[in-house]
Parts: sequence; C-alpha cells; structure tokens
Amino acid sequence: MGRTIIKTIVSGLALALYSGAVSAEWEVNLTPGVTDISSSVFDLHMTIFWICVAIALVVFGVMFWSIFHHRKSRGAQAHHFHENTLVEVIWTVIPILILVAMAVPATATLVEMYDTDEAELDVQITGYQWKWRYDYLDQDLNFFSNLSTPREQISNEADKQEHYLLEVDRHLVLPVDTKIRFLLTSNDVIHSWWVPALAVKKDAIPGFINEAWAVINEPGIYRGQCAELCGKDHGFMPVVVEAVSKDEFQQWLAQAQAEKQAEAAAAERTWTLDELMQQGEQVYVRACAACHLPNGEGVPGAFPALKGSPIAMGDVAAHIDIVLNGKSGTAMQAFRDQLSATELAAVITYERNAWGNSLGEAVSPAQIARLLEPSTGEAEQ
Amino acid sequence: MSTLDTTLEQDTHAHHGPAKGLGRWLFTTNHKDIGSMYLWFSLLMFFIGGCMALMIRAELFQPGLQLVEPGFFNQMTTMHGLIMVFGAVMPAFVGLANWMVPMMIGAPDMALPRMNNWSFWILPFAFAMLISTLFMDGGAPNFGWTFYAPLSTTYAPPSVTYFIFAIHMMGISSIMGAINIIATILNLRAPGMTMMKLPLFCWTWLITAFLLIAVMPVLAGVVTMMLMDIHFGTSFFDAGGGGDPVLFQHVFWFFGHPEVYIMILPAFGIISQIIPTFARKRLFGYASMVYATASIAILSFLVWAHHMFTVGIPLAGELFFMFATMLIAVPTGVKVFNWVATMFRGSMTFETPMLFALAFVVLFTIGGFSGLMLAIAPVDFQYHDTYFVVAHFHYVLVPGAVFSIMAGAYYWLPKWTGHMLDERMGKLHFWLSFIGVNITFFPMHFIGLAGMPRRIPDYALQFADFNMVATVGAFIFGLSQLVFLWNVIACVRGGRKAEARAWEGAEGLEWEVPSPAPYHTFSEPPKLPESLR
Repeated sequence: MGRTIIKTIVSGLALALYSGAVSAEWEVNLTPGVTDISSSVFDLHMTIFWICVAIALVVFGVMFWSIFHHRKSRGAQAHHFHENTLVEVIWTVIPILILVAMAVPATATLVEMYDTDEAELDVQITGYQWKWRYDYLDQDLNFFSNLSTPREQISNEADKQEHYLLEVDRHLVLPVDTKIRFLLTSNDVIHSWWVPALAVKKDAIPGFINEAWAVINEPGIYRGQCAELCGKDHGFMPVVVEAVSKDEFQQWLAQAQAEKQAEAAAAERTWTLDELMQQGEQVYVRACAACHLPNGEGVPGAFPALKGSPIAMGDVAAHIDIVLNGKSGTAMQAFRDQLSATELAAVITYERNAWGNSLGEAVSPAQIARLLEPSTGEAEQ
Repeated sequence: MSTLDTTLEQDTHAHHGPAKGLGRWLFTTNHKDIGSMYLWFSLLMFFIGGCMALMIRAELFQPGLQLVEPGFFNQMTTMHGLIMVFGAVMPAFVGLANWMVPMMIGAPDMALPRMNNWSFWILPFAFAMLISTLFMDGGAPNFGWTFYAPLSTTYAPPSVTYFIFAIHMMGISSIMGAINIIATILNLRAPGMTMMKLPLFCWTWLITAFLLIAVMPVLAGVVTMMLMDIHFGTSFFDAGGGGDPVLFQHVFWFFGHPEVYIMILPAFGIISQIIPTFARKRLFGYASMVYATASIAILSFLVWAHHMFTVGIPLAGELFFMFATMLIAVPTGVKVFNWVATMFRGSMTFETPMLFALAFVVLFTIGGFSGLMLAIAPVDFQYHDTYFVVAHFHYVLVPGAVFSIMAGAYYWLPKWTGHMLDERMGKLHFWLSFIGVNITFFPMHFIGLAGMPRRIPDYALQFADFNMVATVGAFIFGLSQLVFLWNVIACVRGGRKAEARAWEGAEGLEWEVPSPAPYHTFSEPPKLPESLR
C-alpha cells in the first residue's frame, strides 16, 4: 500500500518535471537569440555562469566538508592557525587571472556592439508614455505601436491569449540580413527598448539620441518589453519585431506608405457625428483611457477628469489646443503627431459628447487638418 | 579581572540608572537605550516594508490585475525599497553599532551622546512624513526607489516634495550617526587597543561611516537639484533647458553604489564576529579582512556606472566600469575564503546565530556570483532591469544584510537582555526563513533570464509559474518573521539566565561585562582580556 503511494507520488513528480521541461512556461535561461551578437552574448553568459558554478563547488565544498567533519559534536578540536600570507596571495591572484580571462571575450563583444557604422536601414524609435513610435528614416513612414491586448483580459474578465501583454496593433517590420541601426529617443520620461532575441536593450532618453544595431539572421516574430520604469503603464508597452525577407519588406513598405496617404485623404470628406463618436471611442480607449480612465473620471490628484470638466465642456478652441499641443509640465502629451487629423477630430468630438458631456457638436477632421498644416511649418522654422 | 569586577560593582550601584517613564526614551543619551530604539524602529520598518513586499507579491501571484492598480503598485515598489533601505537595514546597523561599539572597545558611551539622541529622533519624523505621502492626493512617490528624473521631477506626483524633505532628514540622521561612530572608535578605545586589535565589527563600521559621510551629501545634492527643477525653474535634468536626465543617474549612483556597501560592510563585520565564536577558532586572516574591507570601500567609488550600462555611455567608459566592477570580486572573494578558512579545522557548533551566519556566507556568495555576471557589460544588456537583477540584489540584501542583522541580534540578545534564546524557536525561525527566502528569490533568476522586466504589475503568461512559486515563498518568509518577533519578545521577558560570556567561544570586551549589560559600562577604562593583548 505504502509502496503504491510512493510510486504514485514519484511518477507524478516525474511527469510534472517532464512536462515542465517541455513547456515554455518553465523557461529558465537566456535566449541565444537570432543575431550573431546575441549568440556571443549567450556564450559569454554561459561561460561566466559555469565559472561561478566551478568556484561555488570548490568554496562551498570546503565549507560543507568543514561543517561536517570539524564539528564539536564529532569531537573536533580547534586548531590554532589564523594567518598565512601565502594562501592570501594565492586566493587573491587566482581570481584576478580568472577575471582577466573573462574580460577578454567580453571586451571583444562589447566593441562589436558599439560599432554602428555602415547601417543599411535607419529606424528611429521614440518612447512615449506608454507606446512606441517607429520612424523609418528616409522612407516617409512612421507609426505608433500600441498594446493590443484587450482590457478585459487584463482585468480577468476574459481568457488570456497566448501572447498576453506581448502583442501590439502594429509590428515593427524589419528585413533580415540587413544591418539596421536603431536611433532611440523619448518624448517624455526615460524608456528602454528591449528585444531579448536581438540582445538589444538601450535607453530612450528625452532630448538625447542613443544608437544600437542588429542584423537579424532568421525571419520570425520577436517580442520584448519596455525595461525602464516609465510610470503607471510601464508594464503595458511591449515591443514586437517582425523580421521578414528583404523582398517582403519592400512590399510591406510600399503598402504601408499607400495606406498612410489614403488616411490623409479621408480627413477631407464629411463625417457625421455618429461616425466620429464611434471612431472617437476607439481612439479614446487606445490613447486617453490609460490616464483619464474609460469612464472619463480620471484619477484625483494625478490625472484630471474629463467628465464635466471645464475644458471638455467649454471653449472648443481651448479643448483642441490642449489635445494637439499638450500641457507643459504635466503628463498631458501633445497628440498632434501621434494621431491623424481624423482620429484627433473623432476623439475630441467623443470627449465633448460622452459621459453626459452632451454638447451635441462635432469637430470635423478637415478643421483639424487645417490646424495641423501651418503650425508644422512654424515648427520647422 | 578583579579590577573589572569592582568597576562593574560601582556601576550597578551608581546614582544614575535609567530615568522613569517616557522621558527616559525621549531625552536619553545612553548608547544602550538609543541602540534599542534604533533596533525596535528598524524592526517596525521591516514589518511595514515587508507588508508592502507581500502586497507586491500578492498582485504578482497570477497574471492579470487582481488586487491593486498599476499606479498603486508603483507606489508599493517605491516605498518598499525606500523603507527597507533607509528605514530597516541602515538603522538596524546603527542600532547594533550603538549597542556594541562602545562595549567592544571599552568605552563608557558614544563620543557624542546628545547628537546620538538627535540622530535617532529625526528618523521617526522622517518616516512618518514619507509614509504620510500614501494618503496624499496623487499618492505616494511612484517612480521607484532610484527615482530617475524626469519621472521623479516633471512627471512626479505632488508628494515628491515631501519625499525630498524626508530624504534630507534621513541623510542628516545618517551623517550624524556616522560622525559619532568615527569619533567613538578613533578616540575612546581602551588603553592598549590598537587599530589592528579592533574587533572587525568596529573596523567595518568605521569604514562604513566614512562612506556615509562621503556619499550622503551627494544624495542630498541630487534631491536638492530635483527640488530646484520642480519648484524653482532650473533644468538640471531637463534637456529642454540644457540639462541632462542621465546626469541624475550619475549623481544618484555615485551615492547609490557606496550605499550598497554601506548596507553590506557592517554585515561582514557581524559575520566576522560570529563565525570565530562558534568555530572556537580565531578569525583567519584578520589583517587581510581589514584591507579587503578598505579596498571594497575605495572601489565602491569607481563603479557607479555599472548600474547604467544601457544609458549609452561611450565605449571607453563602459569598459572602465566593467573592469572596475569585476575587480570588486577579488576583495569580496578574499573575505569569503577567510571565513571558510576560519571554519576549517575549527570545533563548530550550530546555534541560531551561527546558522544565520553560515546561511549568510552561502547565500551572499550566490548574490556575489550573480553580481559578477552582471558586471559583464555586454551580457548586462540582457540582464539589466529584469528580475535577474531583482534576484541579485535581494540575495545580497535579504539573506545578506538582513540575515546578518538577525544573526547579530540572536548573537547579542543574551548580552542585551540577560536571557538565553529558546534555541528550538530560533532554529524554527532560521529554517523557515532560509527555505522561504530561497523559494522567493531563486526563481527570480529564471524569470529574469527568460525576459521579465522588473517593476511591472502584470506579466506575460510564460512567467506565471515561477511568479506563483515566488509569491508562496514570500508569504512563508514574511510570516516566519513573526517567529523572530516572538523570539525577541520572549528573550526580553525571560528565559535561561545568560552568563557574562554567553557563548562558549566568544572573545572580546563585550563578553567581560555581566549579562544583561549594566546601564553604564566601562566608566573606568578596562584592562584588555588575554585574547586581545
């Protein structure tokens, strides 16, 4: 009887361990990644790890041997030695030699990581609270990449999907076998752009530009996250890189550019209040609800309420101004470059007509488009 | 010996014993009273900070947001860090120094007793102010205990000003405590106690005190710059006005890295007192221990940017800080080797203080290994700001600094209270803590390597299992600290009578006075015992 119980427990544990080993959920180590750099980083990691294991075996081995043999209960008598210059020198010099041996390959890898010359494609990455903006320099293409996990999953009202919190509405699409240079900066606080499979983690710092680079060897989708605490939704700004062949990349690029032009054209047509409200709600949830909350009530002391607020209920010009240009010295960002004219018009309309703010007036995309044009010119002067 | 006994006789019958009532604690200049207050205060902060840690772990038990909002989660991580660093670990070490340094060097009290009173009494006010920010509009500081600008300036909640003032007060308290310890150790040693006969706990604290004086003003400087940026229109950390957010990190970590050693050097001292006692053998390599401590202290000023490998410092800087950081492994290794050599061919017993000391040596060393891994800059790009870092610094701070404080408390409790600890309860506390701490922090290495960033309230599904394990461990560890509280209270209230030399192998002046130590000790300079001559 006892035997069967033990047998059951042992086989149960074995099964648990086995299934643990095969499922990704018990992942215990760094990824070797998909670039040459990431694989040399992985090798460095494993080398230093095994060095530590070897030292641990020796040191803890001696320690536990002493604990076992030199205990009073076994009648051990304390010896009286308490100094020996030779051993002190030995256990100072040996670690130094090990460290030098480790420093050589580490330096080589680091030097390589800093060599951002001769890039074939430049992508500027800008951190925003709490999303990433990608600018394909010289390609006339830029877009924002937002978390696409539905809020219901986060609040446990819906089942979580495979890529929970690691999925975005627009991937950063990159070609393989191409030296891509990333130029990192930030619009507000410090963020850090990290994709483990590329072994790239670099801080995005407001007012400064950092550089990093990668040559991706294999097509695929590689996920990462913001690594530097950047405020409330720091845990909700993932990075998704989609590496495709060079040809596919060119096709994608052409299509994305065409879509962007179509969107600009849409601002010129007339929009009904209902259409604007419908799109406005989507934009609001994506861009505004993180701070002002889905019900528009905000967080007292941190993020003001929009419901019944003097701005959302007051002069429309002032409302448009704060959404387009932000409010300096606060967390309110300038959305003029983040959203299209249509999206801006829709979200302002939504804010003025939702949660009982029933003004009944619509802000037209064309009106916003006109506001965007001249001042972009001013900014360039 | 006989002269010593007569002095003690006079002391016990001396005219000034402790005053009565609350006034005793408010106005005391007695190093033992002040030491006790520091220790009780730090225990209280340990429990408050611990509750915050449990709140963090409870939220992270499962993916999804269950208990707290992300904004409040950030307040918890920030306050947990600040309270544990400035409220629990540092005051505990100052408390131990207050109690033990005068008794170890044969001094009647600290050199500057009134300042001693003041440096303690600042702390309750500083922390009351810091904790009160939780109830303010916009909430408590939510930018991490490292409070990087501009998240802590332009984007900070209004309570940041109270936080800055609280940090200033803590800094003043620490500096005064440090001055006092230096003045005491340099001036009040018993005749014949040369520097190279100083107990190692005093040596490590002396060096720590110099570190404190060097870097606490830097912390004061950086929070003042924040204050100026927030309220007086300067732009130290704002590129828009010609400043640089990275400047903040340089100044902060110039304080912050020595601060790390401020929290571990006194621990080295405690462990170096305890291991020889229970191995019944003199500490191996006393002189090299002193030199190693001093080298670690000096190197601590040259490695700050290893916290900032990803901010984009130039290659030359990156290499310099990588090499300097790796170098710290050498003196730290020397210390570990010396402890092991002290045990080697000793005659060991394993009372509670020794168990904590041994766990310290093993688990601190594991924290040291991950530290060495983090020093390798190209690999640090993968480790930086992940749970691997969280695992690393919790290994050196919890089974490192905190275990050393508990080891010290168990070691000296007989001297403070006159009662021996109930060993069974002590061992229960040890094993629960040891198991709990490893279940909590070891899996964090794995989730960090697998890619989980730190300071996030919710996480992707592949991190779920280890997070659950860590949370279970955290509750085991947290709840088992109630056993510690029980043990301390039980020891104060009663127990087997402790002898002057409470532990068989204990050496040093503090074991020459009766247990409990009389209110005033060493009114006359003592003669050094045989072992110190």
